[in-house]
Amino acid sequence: MTTTTQARGETDIAITLTVNGQKHKLDVAPWVSLLDLLRERLDLTGTKKGCDHGQCGACTVIVDGERINSCLVLAVTRDGAEVTTVEGLSEDGGDALHPMQQAFVDHDAFQCGYCTPGQLMSAVALTKAGRTGSRDEIRELMSGNLCRCGAYPNIVDAIEEVAQGSRGDKEPAQ
Amino acid sequence: MNRFGYIRPTEVSQAVEALAADREAKIIAGGTNLVDLMKYNVERPSSIIDISKLPLDTIEETEGGGLRIGALVTNSTVAYDERVQARWPMLSSALLAGATGQLRNAATTGGNLLQRTRCYYFYDTGTPCNKREPGTGCPAIGGVNRIHAILGASDDCVATHPSDMCVAMAALEAEVLVEGPGGSRRIPMADFHRLPGDTPQHDTTLAADELIVAVELPPAGFPEHYTYLKLRDRLSYAFALVSVAVGLKMDGDTIQIARIALGGVAHKPWRVRGAEEALEGTAAAPADCAKAANLLLDGARGLKDNAFKIELARRAIVRAIGQAVAATPQSQIDKRIA
Amino acid sequence: MATAPNPIGEPVNRIDGPLKVTGEARYAAEFTPPNLTHGYVVTSAVARGRIIGFDLAAARSFPGVIEVFTHENRPNTAWLDLKYKDQTAPPGHPFRPLHDEHILYSGQPIALVVADSFEAARDAAALVRAQIEPSGHATDIHHAKERAYKPPVGRAGFAGAPSPRGNADKAFAAAPIQVEAEYSVAIEHHNPMEPHATTVQWNADGSLDIHDKIQGVTNSQGYVAGVFGLSKDKVRVATPFVGGAFGSGLRPQYQLFLAVMASLALERSVRVVLTRDQMWTHVYRPHTLQTVKLGAREDGTLTAIKHDAIAGTSTFEDHQEVVVNWSGMLYHCDNVSLSHKLARLDTYTPSDMRAPGGALGVFALESAMDELAHAANVDPIELRLRNYSLEDENENKRFSSKALRACYERGAAAIDWSRREPQPRRSRDGRELAGMGMATGVWEARSNVATVRIVLDTDGKLKVSTASADIGTGTYTILAQIAGETLGLPVDDITVKLGDSDFPFAPIEGGSMTAATVGNAVRLAGEAMQDDLFKHAAKIKDGPFTKLSKDDVVFADGRIEVKADRGTGLSYGEILKARGLDRLEAKKTSTPPMLKKLKYVGYTHSAIFAEVRVDEELGQVRVIRLVIAAAAGRILNAQTARSQIMGAAVMAVGKTLEEETMTDNRIGRFMNHNLAEYHVPVNADIGDIEVLFVEEDDALSPIDVKGIGEVGIVGTGAAIANAVFNATGKRVRDLPITIDKLL
Repeated sequence: MTTTTQARGETDIAITLTVNGQKHKLDVAPWVSLLDLLRERLDLTGTKKGCDHGQCGACTVIVDGERINSCLVLAVTRDGAEVTTVEGLSEDGGDALHPMQQAFVDHDAFQCGYCTPGQLMSAVALTKAGRTGSRDEIRELMSGNLCRCGAYPNIVDAIEEVAQGSRGDKEPAQ
Repeated sequence: MNRFGYIRPTEVSQAVEALAADREAKIIAGGTNLVDLMKYNVERPSSIIDISKLPLDTIEETEGGGLRIGALVTNSTVAYDERVQARWPMLSSALLAGATGQLRNAATTGGNLLQRTRCYYFYDTGTPCNKREPGTGCPAIGGVNRIHAILGASDDCVATHPSDMCVAMAALEAEVLVEGPGGSRRIPMADFHRLPGDTPQHDTTLAADELIVAVELPPAGFPEHYTYLKLRDRLSYAFALVSVAVGLKMDGDTIQIARIALGGVAHKPWRVRGAEEALEGTAAAPADCAKAANLLLDGARGLKDNAFKIELARRAIVRAIGQAVAATPQSQIDKRIA
Repeated sequence: MATAPNPIGEPVNRIDGPLKVTGEARYAAEFTPPNLTHGYVVTSAVARGRIIGFDLAAARSFPGVIEVFTHENRPNTAWLDLKYKDQTAPPGHPFRPLHDEHILYSGQPIALVVADSFEAARDAAALVRAQIEPSGHATDIHHAKERAYKPPVGRAGFAGAPSPRGNADKAFAAAPIQVEAEYSVAIEHHNPMEPHATTVQWNADGSLDIHDKIQGVTNSQGYVAGVFGLSKDKVRVATPFVGGAFGSGLRPQYQLFLAVMASLALERSVRVVLTRDQMWTHVYRPHTLQTVKLGAREDGTLTAIKHDAIAGTSTFEDHQEVVVNWSGMLYHCDNVSLSHKLARLDTYTPSDMRAPGGALGVFALESAMDELAHAANVDPIELRLRNYSLEDENENKRFSSKALRACYERGAAAIDWSRREPQPRRSRDGRELAGMGMATGVWEARSNVATVRIVLDTDGKLKVSTASADIGTGTYTILAQIAGETLGLPVDDITVKLGDSDFPFAPIEGGSMTAATVGNAVRLAGEAMQDDLFKHAAKIKDGPFTKLSKDDVVFADGRIEVKADRGTGLSYGEILKARGLDRLEAKKTSTPPMLKKLKYVGYTHSAIFAEVRVDEELGQVRVIRLVIAAAAGRILNAQTARSQIMGAAVMAVGKTLEEETMTDNRIGRFMNHNLAEYHVPVNADIGDIEVLFVEEDDALSPIDVKGIGEVGIVGTGAAIANAVFNATGKRVRDLPITIDKLL
């Protein structure tokens, strides 16, 4: 057993997280969610809190290559993980937007912008996994990200464009 | 959330010891249900035992041709596993009908088995609930009960088990492998979840000091004739009002073996062996399907808001049998019902 | 004259887009002043009663807790409840958080725990114990409707039901075709993705910098100043981004009060964020019961309309919406009788939710029109054309513009309405029944008073500022486009600053008024700046304009150029520099066209077409296609305008098929208070949505602009329900149309 803390909460736990390529050594209480850690401790407020219960997807981040709801993760349980948030999407950490970010802008795939980081993280992970074979598949697999402004058709358009680009798909749409 | 201790064992035996030492401790794996419930103060464990570092994250074929799925294997990994898709596609379909990509990436096989009900009152500490606080009463009876049980409920609890995965596993007659202080044992899915009776605080027959280490699928996976049909209040990301898992082994037009399990209707995945027998040896004529549905729903009782689920379940059973017979399983992407 | 590379109407990308897709846009809970404390709200589980006492020992001694506020120890606030009235308060007595021991609704805030971390506040809040003595409550509108009443005081800015005209009862009795039906729409909660939140930065000089989720910072500023007796110059409210609101952010919600109260008492900065569950402890769209009677001749010509509505409100305020008036203005009819009553419930006061009243009343009217079309055996579009009205007969005024006929035509063509089987249950697509339905949509095109400041610098860059908001509507972008077109500047050279009470006054962003109001102020300011710029340019010694008048030049590409010789001109920056100016400023106020409003009324119109598939056996409905053709004046940005209509249509799918807050009336509590059991649409629910615009010149708006934020949800529910009827022959008059209602 490598770690035990029985002190009923008076002891923080030392963990290491790599967030957007940057390594953080953190002492964290076990009742701190990954979402709150990102927002309150690391000031990475791009990741949003919409429901805090895994019911909206606004907090979606990529952890060790998989998209998950950061609100339902206690940070201590992901010791050693690599986390990517919306702030880490743009390649080379530069000013240029990630193709998915640009596609969201070009297709007006958001309005208020609050669900957008979560939508983007989901969309990037989905595209990388290659599960973007049809509009129906995108719709189903993007259903974990609520958008109350109702930008869904535009979100599907944006993902379709990027997915086709990344597949090098030059065939005309059916 | 309350204040709690944090334990991270690296061996199964350590986890079992920790459980045995503290009955108020809870196992945490994906966290998708436990953290949710802790934030609502429905669960207030003394400690959480983080099993994420235990070696329970593999899928292995068993000697008998079955599949052993480690307790920590995520729902996504199972759903997209090529062996599961080829030989137990009903399980893959049920998993993909549940939750969302994000949740499936975190939720584990063991955790899914231990998912707690979605009853509005169970989740709301401003109201009484026998499951949350035994003896306080069940306001869902006579209250808002659209998502509640029509089968096997009691005067103390009308909650349903919300899992999709478990419904398929019940139809597949999977077994849950657990480790306790006295060693390991296997619990058939049919016996794993329980009816509420007068102790609705207990969802399963797992002892407080036992740890789920794996689920084993038997070789018969019904890869040709199966379906998982789920009906819900929106087209994705909603718990089932009614779901039906069907697996058939057919010889020509004749059903040799039938397995049917219902979700969203009871405190556990609902199976009635007699209903399956009523189909076996038939060609699933309308009367045969109706008979099976009647047997499955024998004794069903509706409340104010959920009585419709009896008729919905009846129709869904018939449709699902038809999908399985025709080898046109329900797609979880195309929302047209096959 | 001015020309710009991104003229009005172009689908210019949102200028705030890059901030939103990179996570740089900060919302109310995302500002972190030094030494910040965190507040967490404790609510009542009792619907009506009296707090006997608290046990706060465990919460107070919880590590990290700074203070627990209740009505027993809260600092004094304004005594007059008038001080709690905000810009949009309905008649009555506004809710005063932590005011006294009385419990007025389930979910009422009864304590605020403030701690040095979010987790400490959250976890200590679970330890607050309140002893509440319940008294009888009433939350069931079906009981309360027996005591429904006509509100004694009308809501400011909202028309009550008009006086009857003709004799609707007599005409209905005599009508050869009669339709009579009752409709019900369940309680809906707005549920913007951003929960309500306030961050208060406490400054040593006693001033406050507040970031509040609100649709208009001036409303929060006025509220805080009034309630806490502060002068407005000590209260700055700055909220550049709002994560959706849909009406839930029109009135300051209780977290603003709590955060400011705690901040002033503790002399610390405080943040209070509501949980998603707590989003069910303030405003909502009220449960509304309606009866519609239509009398018509054999050919479908209307002879009588009766429309009566009863809507829920709280026990302390008379929330009023325009529910029934639409039935007196949408079609020509000589005999009309309309009424709107309220039923008091032990809930919080409802508030406007996207197209308040319209989304309810037009659902009923347009469903009844479909019933009439079926009864008279007339095509639903033809029925509406036969009853087409050229004036608002409630007010006897002409429409400032009404291209609704073209909307019907273009919408019908886009969806290929000719495919529709007139009789229900005649069309199948595989296993599913197929259906098509249509309806008319309408929303008021209003404007208000707002002021805009524009500042030009020597680099030729323009800054536009106003206290108005962009709640996802695209305000940032359209203001840049209007400024750009007026002054001949590319959008890239324009910065728009919104949502700060230090900026010139603008009212709340609501009622689909912002584009017409603030947009016009931008135009006025731009025109004033043109004049000023030219005056300066003409005074430049030996300059190119000394002998010219303004009519001889163009404003283009950031330059004033001679019309006859476009190569000759000066950039704005050169003009400013030549005149020794470091900046040029213009500030203008737009006001509603009061004189013209004596003659005209302004409405946005639309025709909505829906195509559904229904699995009849299992009751599953899929909306595979929506076409909305809208006549909304001149479209400022084709892309953001389309998004507004599309988003409202998505909300209409939720309203029609999914959304329902369920109340346990025995305990007076909303039970499905989370996003797992309250179903807002997900991506998989939404099929193709096509939006068409029929452009109009408008007699009321100087820039021909009508609001489009709300019209997309009006009538769309009826179009979907009518399509379900066309598919199945089942008329569901009780929204949402869930599976159980189609079995």
